[in-house]
Amino acid sequence: MRCLRKHFSRKYLREEVLPTPFCPGCFNGVVMNAMFKAFEELGVERLKGYVFVSGIGCSSWIPSPHIKADTIHTLHGRAVAVATGVKLAKPNLNVIVIGGDGDLAAIGFNHLVHAARRNMDLLVILVNNLVYGMTRGQASPTTPEGMRTVTTPYGAYEPVMDVAELIARTNANYVARWCVVNFNQLKNSIKEALSKYSRGFRFIEVIAPCITYVVRYEGKTPGQKIKELMKVCRPNTETPYGRIGILKAEDKPGYLDRYFEYVKRATEGDKGE
Amino acid sequence: MSACSVEVDRNLCKGCGICVSVCPKNALELSPNIGPSGYRYPMLKGECIGCKTCTLYCPDFAITIVCNEGGGQG
Ligand code: SF4
Ligand code: SF4
Ligand code: SF4
Ligand SMILES: [Mg+2]
Repeated sequence: MRCLRKHFSRKYLREEVLPTPFCPGCFNGVVMNAMFKAFEELGVERLKGYVFVSGIGCSSWIPSPHIKADTIHTLHGRAVAVATGVKLAKPNLNVIVIGGDGDLAAIGFNHLVHAARRNMDLLVILVNNLVYGMTRGQASPTTPEGMRTVTTPYGAYEPVMDVAELIARTNANYVARWCVVNFNQLKNSIKEALSKYSRGFRFIEVIAPCITYVVRYEGKTPGQKIKELMKVCRPNTETPYGRIGILKAEDKPGYLDRYFEYVKRATEGDKGE
Repeated sequence: MSACSVEVDRNLCKGCGICVSVCPKNALELSPNIGPSGYRYPMLKGECIGCKTCTLYCPDFAITIVCNEGGGQG
C-alpha cells in the first residue's frame, strides 16, 4: 500500500499524540494551520528557538502536547507572566503565548494588559471562542451581547469586553483581529508579527467560536458557521465581534531594548542629569 | 477525470464536514460508511482543482491533495 501524503501541519506536530483532544470541527486546528502555514512561508522548517507558553483552557492545549518545540503548559491565566520570565531570561528565544478568552481576557487579563503596557517582546495569540469552552460553555467576558449560552439562555446581557481594542490602547506595538475564516490575513498577520514586527508586544485575536457550545448550541454545523462568518467578517469593518483587521502596527523599541539601554546607562553611571 | 486526488488519514479525520463545505467546487462528500475512528470521512464526488482550501481548513490535519502535474502536495 502506498504511504499517505502528510498534511503540511504535521511536520510541526508531535504526531504520536494525534488526534487532538478537540471536538470534531474545533477551530483550534484551523488556527494551528494558519500559524504553521506562516512558519512554512517564513522558511521555518523546525521550531528551534521558539518557545510556546499556555495556561488553561481548550486553546491552551494547542502548544502542549502538540507542537514540536519547547512548550510550557502553566497555571490558569499565568501564561503571559511565565512567558515574560522566559523572554527576560533568554532574550534570544522567540516566545509565543497561545490562550483563550477565559485564560487571557478573564483570569489572566492583568498579566496581559501589563505585558502590553510594557511592550514586552512577546507574540500573544488569543483564540477567542466566545465562551468558557472547557468548562462547558458558560458566558465569558467576550461573549457578544445577546448571544445564547448555557448560562445566558435568553441571551448574554453583560456588555462585551473588546480585548483587541483595549490592548491597542496600550503601548503594544502590533494588534490585529481576524476571524478564523480570514485565513490568509490571519496567516499574514502571524508572519508579520514574527518578521517585520519582531519586537515589542504583538497581539493577534482570532474569533473562533466554540464548535460545541456556540455553534452546535445554535443548532448549526461547523460548515454552516464558516459560511456565516465568511459573510460577517469583512476586513476593516465593524462586526458583532468588534473591528476586523490590523488595529495597530508600529515598531517602537520593545521592553528589552529599553531594559538593555537602561542597564547600559546604569553601568556608565549616567543618570541623564 | 480529475487531475487531483484527495487523500484522507482516516485515523485523524473526525467527520466534521468542514472540508466539504469550504470546497469551492463542491467536489467532496462524506462517505456513507464510518472510518476506523468512528466518523464518516470525505471522498471526492466531483472535480478537484487542487486549490487546497480543504487542507487549510481541516482542523485535524487529515486531508491532503495530490495533483498529477506540477501541483504540489498539501
Ligand atoms: S469545547 Fe469548544 S473550544 Fe473546546 S475543544 Fe470543543 S469545540 Fe473546541
Ligand atoms: S475537515 Fe478534516 S476532519 Fe473534517 S471531515 Fe474533512 S478531512 Fe475530516
Ligand atoms: S483542493 Fe480545493 S477543489 Fe480540491 S477538494 Fe480541496 S477544496 Fe475542493
Ligand atoms: Mg473561551
